[in-house]
Amino acid sequence: MLIEDFNKVQLSPIEENVGQSLMSIRDLRVWFELRRWGFGHAGNVRAVDGVSFDIRQGEAIAVVGESGCGKSSLMKTILGLHRPTGGDVSFEGVSLSRLDRRGLKWYRSQVGYVQQDPFAALAPFMNIRRILEEPLIVNGVKDRDERTARIRKALEEVKLSPVEDFLPKFPHMLSGGQQQRIVIARAMILNPKLIVADEPVSMLDASVRVEILKLLRGLQESHNLAVIYITHDLSTVRYFSERIFVMYAGKLVEKAFTPDLLREPRHPYTFALLAATSDPDARNAEVYREVPPGEPPSLVNPPKGCRFHPRCARAMQGLCDVEAPSDFEAAPEHLVNCWLYK
Amino acid sequence: MKEILRSLRELKQYPSAVASLILILLMVGASVYTIFAIPYKEAIRLWRGSEEDWYKYPKQAAPIWTNLFSSKKQPVSFFLNSEETDNPHVDKQVETRADGSRKITITYTFDYNYDDFPQDMALYINSDYDSKKPLVSVTWVTPDERKVNVASFSILQRDVYRFSQDEKLGRILRAEPMIGLFADPAQELPTPLKGQYQMIVTGSVFEPDTTLEVELVTHGTLYGLAGTDFKRRDLMVALAWGMPIALSFGLLAALGTTITTLVIAAIGVWYGGWVDEAIQRITEVNSVLPFLPILIMIGTFYSRSIWLILGATILLSIFGLGIKNFRAIFMQIKEMPYIEAARSYGASDARIILYYLTPRVIPLLIPQLVTLVPTYVFLEASLAVLGLGDPFIPSWGKIINDARTNGALYEGLYYWILEPAALLLVTSLAFALLGFALDRVFNPRLRDV
Repeated sequence: MLIEDFNKVQLSPIEENVGQSLMSIRDLRVWFELRRWGFGHAGNVRAVDGVSFDIRQGEAIAVVGESGCGKSSLMKTILGLHRPTGGDVSFEGVSLSRLDRRGLKWYRSQVGYVQQDPFAALAPFMNIRRILEEPLIVNGVKDRDERTARIRKALEEVKLSPVEDFLPKFPHMLSGGQQQRIVIARAMILNPKLIVADEPVSMLDASVRVEILKLLRGLQESHNLAVIYITHDLSTVRYFSERIFVMYAGKLVEKAFTPDLLREPRHPYTFALLAATSDPDARNAEVYREVPPGEPPSLVNPPKGCRFHPRCARAMQGLCDVEAPSDFEAAPEHLVNCWLYK
Repeated sequence: MKEILRSLRELKQYPSAVASLILILLMVGASVYTIFAIPYKEAIRLWRGSEEDWYKYPKQAAPIWTNLFSSKKQPVSFFLNSEETDNPHVDKQVETRADGSRKITITYTFDYNYDDFPQDMALYINSDYDSKKPLVSVTWVTPDERKVNVASFSILQRDVYRFSQDEKLGRILRAEPMIGLFADPAQELPTPLKGQYQMIVTGSVFEPDTTLEVELVTHGTLYGLAGTDFKRRDLMVALAWGMPIALSFGLLAALGTTITTLVIAAIGVWYGGWVDEAIQRITEVNSVLPFLPILIMIGTFYSRSIWLILGATILLSIFGLGIKNFRAIFMQIKEMPYIEAARSYGASDARIILYYLTPRVIPLLIPQLVTLVPTYVFLEASLAVLGLGDPFIPSWGKIINDARTNGALYEGLYYWILEPAALLLVTSLAFALLGFALDRVFNPRLRDV
């Protein structure tokens, strides 16, 4: 990872373009039912279990966690692809559960989606023009000229020019970076207020990651977008988002502003996660890093008490393994889901 | 779409595909020509086989090209009509006599170079008079200048004179009329005399506006490119009409069954849950139902209309096992991120099924569809051979059925069965070859094999 380049990405001051709350998530639970013999109940996979946070307009947040911690379920619920089992997601003050078909369609046009694997995210049998036209057709842009104009604008915004060269091409004719730009253009074409980016650079070559992140950041600033950036890679997070939410086993264990969290991680899991993040440094080869022992817990039968306690070096017997902690304010605007900060 | 066209261009690399494409194009061209040359209703009328349409034709005559393969040349049937004034073989002279009556002389001149005697000869006479019957006399001139006064008679407005049924002529010739007229007197065994024959029909008409037209019909043992059957029908009609029937039945059934199974599989996979369960169970039940016996029962008890059988075929195949194949592919595609993206920008279920799921299987669908065509062509033919063909429409299977019930093979009339069988084989071969080549083009894994 080219850290040098990331440092050049300019972070704008947080307060300037952060507006009102755009989306608020309250005690969101997404459970998937396990069935026995096709109909019997055999428990739930608690992919998301009691997640709450707010996103303000123009703000970029990052949700960080290892594979299987529920990030993707959280994201898909935000996109309206999964129905929440409990809790509520509200967008501009309207609860998603109260939206009818038309309302849901409107909501979906307000939320853009940037996927992880750009090649798989683009239908291989459609050319670029068609790929970008589909969201417009689906959302009732009937005028062909208007669609063409918006496609051109979107392609210019993601810096794919000359536009005419790209329109008739098929996804396999483009490089990974170009494909990801098309995915971003598709997410942007309906002028959304929120972009959900699911590990947008993890499948790309290191050389184009910076470009794509810069592009996303630039679009976020110029359109005053809210961005939810989902990743397992802390090294890209620090140059992108204003706030970081660390997710572990379906819960957000630490919520803080990026500089705070990186400077002073509070939750033992965040601590371990940061320690495990590698920087390209020759000395790292000789350094032994402490990583939390064990595996991420099962989401069907999560550990009693704090879900991290079996792997936690600082677990307190009789407390952490008995009662689940709630969010404690370890510092101003720095919430930690850990008994250490009571 | 472009990718499909590009793949089709790749077909050029396969000689078998090019050959089969040419064959299929020829067949389609022939079908279109047939439909315009012999309209549907006309074909049905002709195939009903009334004597009026087919009186000129010999019974169970083999096609003329069989002469190429035999040293003993069989006589070919021919017709000469006095109405054809520009035919060099026909000459018509009219003389007016002093008493006002007219003498009409019709001379037919033809070469007979065959090694066997014709089945029959007949004169079809057409005259419109009011009360006075015209008189007609017939003279036969052989190549060695012998003249035979065949007959003299007065005629009706529509009259037929059959040479082989004239016992008087038999007595004159002291032989069967056909043998007596054509035999070489120098030979001991009856052998036809080769050379130019003449038949002179002299008619006397007594009314000023009476016309007289006579058609000489010779029934050889060969006729046309396809031969004729037991009802004197030209097999060409059925062979030609069998082409569009077979192609349309095969293509419609293949298209109908694959597209419906495709859509049903996509619906099942997309909605999942009880919809998918129901589709799976129906498919499994349907797969145990005996397909051919059901069609035979429909044909026996309800209707033998080809279109009804086509409908039943498609209906029984909608929940065919093809659903399982498509389902396996759709299950994979359903999880693709681009489907998720489509949902995230609000594409409807119908749009996702039609524009996102199904296009991915088209490369698989095309070869399958093409290789399915002969299956249904054969199905239609087998039903017809079993006697369950459409009662009105001529088709290849019905020719074989006719041939079988009339003992074609027993009587050595091989052409009757071989012609439709060859067409069936060529048709299915063409589609099968094209299907295999398409499979190789669309399935890159097969390319190296």
